[in-house]
Amino acid sequence: MATDSLSATFSALADPTRRAILARLIDGEATVKELAAPFAISGPAVSKHLRVLERAGLITRGRDAQWRPCRLEATPLKDVTEWAENYRRFWDESYERLDEYLQALKEKETTDGNGK
Amino acid sequence: MATANSAAATTFTTPSDLEILITRVIDAPRTLVWEAYTNPEHLPQWMGPRGSTMPVCEIDLRPGGAYRFVSRVPDGFEMTVTGVYQEVVPPERLVSTDSWGPEWPETTNTLILSEEDGKTTISLTVLYPSKEARDVALQTGMKEGMSQGFDRLAEHLRGAA
Repeated sequence: MATDSLSATFSALADPTRRAILARLIDGEATVKELAAPFAISGPAVSKHLRVLERAGLITRGRDAQWRPCRLEATPLKDVTEWAENYRRFWDESYERLDEYLQALKEKETTDGNGK
Repeated sequence: MATANSAAATTFTTPSDLEILITRVIDAPRTLVWEAYTNPEHLPQWMGPRGSTMPVCEIDLRPGGAYRFVSRVPDGFEMTVTGVYQEVVPPERLVSTDSWGPEWPETTNTLILSEEDGKTTISLTVLYPSKEARDVALQTGMKEGMSQGFDRLAEHLRGAA
C-alpha cells in the first residue's frame, strides 16, 4: 500500500465528526444536508470535512450538481483496519509464544540441572 | 475471579492520549524474560505472529545501541522493525525507539518487568507522536476512548472483509 494513502487515511480518521459521517454512510448514500443534520455545525463546516474525506479516498460524491450525494469507499479503511489488526496480533501472539518458549526453557533447565 | 487463563491474556489499554499500554503475565522469573527479550539467541524464538520466523535479529544492548529485527510470515511477506536503545536496566527496564517502517510513526517503547511469586508482569508502554496515530493503531478490539462511529465502522469492515 502506498505510504501517502495510508497517512491520508490516518489524518482523515483523526476527527470524531468525520468518523461519525463515515459511520452514517454505512447505511447508504446521503446528501450534505442529511449528513449535517445530527451535528451542531454548519453546512459549510460539514462540506469541509467531506472534502478531507474525499481527498483521502474515503468517500466519493455523485456528479449531480445540486445534491452530490456522498458514498462510502471501503478500500482505504480496510487497509488501515488490516494494519491495526496485524499490530494487535503481533503482540498478542508474540507474548503467547514467549510464555510457551520460556516454559520449554524452564523444563530444559530443570532437566539439565538434574543431569549434573 | 482471576483464573490462570484470564491472567495469561494480553491486554491493551490507553493510559493517556498518546500511549498504548500492553500488559501480559508470563509464568517465568523476570531474569528469564529479560534474557528472552534482549538476547539474539532467544528473541527470534518468540517475537512475531504465529508461523513467522525471524531471519535477522541484531541487538547492540547499550544506551545508544541499535537493534534490527526482520520478521517473515509464511506467505513470504517481511516486516522490519528497527530502533535504538535509550535505557538499559537489567532485568527491569528497557526503553527504546521503535519503527515499523516509513508509513508508520516512530514510537518510544518502555518495557517494565516486575516479578511476583515467580511470575513476571510485562508492561510495554508505546508512546506515539500523536493521538491520531495512536487511535488508528487501536481501532480494532479497543472500546475505551473510541467513538461509537468508529466501532461501527470496524464492525462493518470486518463483515465486508
